[in-house]
Amino acid sequence: MAIELNPLEQFKIERIVPLHIGKLDVSYTNSALLMTIVVVLITALVLLGTRRASLVPGRLQSMVEMTYEFVADMIDSNVGREARDYVPFVFTLFTFILLANLLGLVPYSFTVTSHIIVTFALAAVVFIGVTIIGIARHGFHFLSFFVPHGVPLPLLVVLVPIEVLSYFIRPFTLSIRLFANMLAGHTMLAILGGFAASIGLLAIFPLAINTAMFALELLVAVLQAYVFAILTCLYLRDAIHLH
Amino acid sequence: MDLASAKMIGAGLACIALVGAGVGIGNVFSSLIAAVARNPASQGQVQPFAFLGFALAEATGLFGLAVAFLILFVF
Repeated sequence: MAIELNPLEQFKIERIVPLHIGKLDVSYTNSALLMTIVVVLITALVLLGTRRASLVPGRLQSMVEMTYEFVADMIDSNVGREARDYVPFVFTLFTFILLANLLGLVPYSFTVTSHIIVTFALAAVVFIGVTIIGIARHGFHFLSFFVPHGVPLPLLVVLVPIEVLSYFIRPFTLSIRLFANMLAGHTMLAILGGFAASIGLLAIFPLAINTAMFALELLVAVLQAYVFAILTCLYLRDAIHLH
Repeated sequence: MDLASAKMIGAGLACIALVGAGVGIGNVFSSLIAAVARNPASQGQVQPFAFLGFALAEATGLFGLAVAFLILFVF
C-alpha cells in the first residue's frame, strides 16, 4: 500500500507561458515566476520600509534597516570600510538568496536555488565580478595573488598551480554548496513526507521528525544565504587586499 | 549483479560521506563550547564563525547525500 511518489518531482520546471524565439525556448516557467515574486517582494519591502523614514523606525523600517546594517557590518568587518561601494551588490545577493530559500520552503511552491543553473549563474557573476575588480585595482600585480609570500622557489612550483586551481574552483564550490543543500534538504522532507503518507496511524513519528527537519531546513535556508554572502565578502577581500 | 541492486548499494556507499559531516559539525561545536567556556566574553566574536563552519562542514556531507538521491531517483 506504499504510495508511489517521486521526491524529485518538486524540482520539475513547468512552462506557464510557452514562448519560443526561433529555436530558443524562453518560456515563462514556474522558476521564473518564483524569481519574479522574490524580486518584487524585496523591492516592495525595501521601498515600503523606507518610504516614510522616521528617526524612530517602525516595524517594517527597522526590519529593512537591520538587514542593511547586517550586510554593511559584514562588509566592514571582513573587507574594510573602503569596500562600502559593494554593499548594494552583496545586499542584493543576500536578500535574493534568503527570500528564494525561504519561499521555497512554503509547501507546493518551487525552490529556485535548488537548480544548479541558478546558483551557478549567481556564483559566476560573483567570480567574474571579483576578478574584474581585482584586475582593475591592481592591474598586472593581481597575479601576485597566486604566489604565496616567503615560500622557497622549489615549493612555488607546486604551490602556484594549487593556488590557481583553488581560485578557479571557487564558483563551482560556491554554487554546488547552495544547490546541494537545497536539493538534499527538500528531497529529505519529501521522502519523510512519503513515509508519513504510507503508514497510516503510525505516521505521527515521521511527521514529528519532519517537523524537526523543517526547523533545520529553516536554519539552513538562512545560513546558506549568509554563507554565500560572507564568502562573496571574503573573495572581495582577496581581490582588494591581495592576501 | 543487476542494476537495481547496484544502485541501492551505490546510494548506501554515497551516504558514507555524511560521516565526515558529522565529525566536522561535532568538532565545530565542541570547539565553540570549549572557547566560550574558557572565555565567555568571546561568545559574540566566535559564534558567527562557528555557524559559518557548521554550514561549510554540513555542505560537504550533503554533496554525498545529493549523490545518493541522484543515484536513487534520477538514473
